[in-house]
Amino acid sequence: MSKDYEDDLPITASKFMDELRRYHKGSVSRRHFLGVTGLGTAMAVMSSAVPSLAPGRALAAGNLSNKMVLATWPNYHNPKTLENFTGATDVHIQANVFGSNEEMIAKMQAGGGGVNVIENTNYTFQDYVKLGLLTPLDLSRIPNYDPSTQNPKFAEASTVNGKVYGVCKNWGTTGLVINSSKVKNVPKSHKDFFDVTMGEGSGHTILHDYQLTTIGAALCALGYSFNSVNAGELAKAEKLLIDSKPHLFAITSDYQPGLRSGDAWMSICWSGDGKQLNTDLPEMKYVIASDGGELWSDFYSIPADTPSLDTSYAFINYMMDPKNQVLDAEAHGYPTSDSRVAALQPASVQSDPILHPAKELFDGLEFGAAVTLTDPIRAEVMARFKSA
Amino acid sequence: MGNKKGSWLTAALLAPTTLWFLIMLVFPLIVVVIYSFGERAPVGGYVASLTLEQYANLPSRLKAFTNTMTFAPLGALMCLIIAYPLAYYLAVKVSQRWKLLLLVLVILPFWTSMLIRTYAWIFILGGRGIPTLLEIIGIEGVRLINTPFAVVVGIVYGYLPLMVFPIYVSLDKLDKRLLEAASDLGSTPFRSFVQITLPLSMPGVATGCMLVFILLMGEFLIPAFLGGGKVFFIGNALVDLFLQSRNWPFGSAVAVMLVIIMLVTVSLYMRFTMGGKSGRDTSIM
Repeated sequence: MSKDYEDDLPITASKFMDELRRYHKGSVSRRHFLGVTGLGTAMAVMSSAVPSLAPGRALAAGNLSNKMVLATWPNYHNPKTLENFTGATDVHIQANVFGSNEEMIAKMQAGGGGVNVIENTNYTFQDYVKLGLLTPLDLSRIPNYDPSTQNPKFAEASTVNGKVYGVCKNWGTTGLVINSSKVKNVPKSHKDFFDVTMGEGSGHTILHDYQLTTIGAALCALGYSFNSVNAGELAKAEKLLIDSKPHLFAITSDYQPGLRSGDAWMSICWSGDGKQLNTDLPEMKYVIASDGGELWSDFYSIPADTPSLDTSYAFINYMMDPKNQVLDAEAHGYPTSDSRVAALQPASVQSDPILHPAKELFDGLEFGAAVTLTDPIRAEVMARFKSA
Repeated sequence: MGNKKGSWLTAALLAPTTLWFLIMLVFPLIVVVIYSFGERAPVGGYVASLTLEQYANLPSRLKAFTNTMTFAPLGALMCLIIAYPLAYYLAVKVSQRWKLLLLVLVILPFWTSMLIRTYAWIFILGGRGIPTLLEIIGIEGVRLINTPFAVVVGIVYGYLPLMVFPIYVSLDKLDKRLLEAASDLGSTPFRSFVQITLPLSMPGVATGCMLVFILLMGEFLIPAFLGGGKVFFIGNALVDLFLQSRNWPFGSAVAVMLVIIMLVTVSLYMRFTMGGKSGRDTSIM
């Protein structure tokens, strides 16, 4: 019997076409198709021989989609980190930039539709979990995350009823940014800040379009807690805000353009933005107010209706790699809660007074509370202030 | 028999449109009305209830309503003042050769997102934009961005094409022989314009004003970007209520009120501008 070339093949040409048609029609699974045709083995052999063909490490975690949606904040990632992730996994990232946690919750509550990972803040977990909008994390699927290297002060907010719903991305403070070339007596407190706004700096102050920080700043200026939901204290804060409104440059959370153009001289400011502004324009001073302020941490969490759990985990795991965290932090500027990252960063980052404030100022800061976010009186105070 | 068949055909042809309106307009509107009688859930959203509380709270957004009812007609008027000469020039004066190119130039801005174009105005009107140029010629301390003026500029910029086209269409159809006849009979150009051109272009003017006015009633982007959050429209109040304070029932009540105001103004407007006219004049609507 003569030997045909087909005898050594795992499958004949016509059988292969039959299987291909069955796979096309959906009669057999991809796995069956790859197995019966020998293509799966061929791919495995080839990829071990040609390493660049091997799927990325993240791929080993399961089937990744070719696209993912990330719900994030302005200026919050190094584009290089995201490009590297796409390079390693072939998953393209669509970043949806939000203006506030309320807006993010509202979108998720209305059926977020297609978001893989959200970057929510410490005080939102109670609400998200209550509304059933998050997937409890299986930390074994995030091998790059090491709970023992996390600072629990920043990382613990994502644990609700004993389940972990998020891993900490970074933390920061909410203070004030002042253009010291325009404002001679740089305010040291929220009280000074509002005094200057309604005095020498009239027309040049930005308040956030965000009740948590804007009402918080007014409450601190009056000597109350950043988190107050006391109706009497909120009424006084509302009065202060409405009195200051004619003196404001804008009410917006996108405050960098106004400050950079010189139109605005002062703003409520998150520390990473303070760092970015101060790096580019040294006259921009970041101030943690002596009468209080906010301490916060942001997390990576997975919505309950994520279109691809595997992709969500792959992304979070990638971002938890200390090397990638260092690269990401080079752009967003915020300190991370992971001691492995601190060890890899230059000493100047660790001693930076904007990112790591002096202990006496740091001790006066409060974490935002869940009720601060959802309190209906605060929401209404903000709405009345804006429409006044 | 034949008649019955015809009505079946009509029904079949209208079915997709009817279905579309039912699903995309009527049902959502019913949902909004139902929500407006509800209450805000403790963590935001909606819980069923039957209360008029949301409607009673409407006066707290009075400023947003008055702002909208000021800026929407003002914006439409400014658009009209600027669009009419432009449309007239395009329809009457420009040679056939250039007409198409110029019309394309009017639409050109629509090829980029409104968001990006409005954002660009932040820099044009900001401290390093026009005010810096004014300083060169000695006018100092001018603030343009985050003022009502900036909002009007943004409105005129964004909505001008919507005004130009209806007016252009009605002027383009104008029978030039009427103007010749008037001239032969000794009419001055100004009188011909007032007595012939202007009345015959009114359907276009009415359509343009209506388009701009109705869309402006729901505008939120321009006041947010160019008004710095200080010029507050109903659109901004709605965005806040649904996305920030997540008070969906109150947001629904505001939305219902907006629809009512719009229906009333538009029907009054139609009565005044179209009243007594024949169907031909309103065909453009």
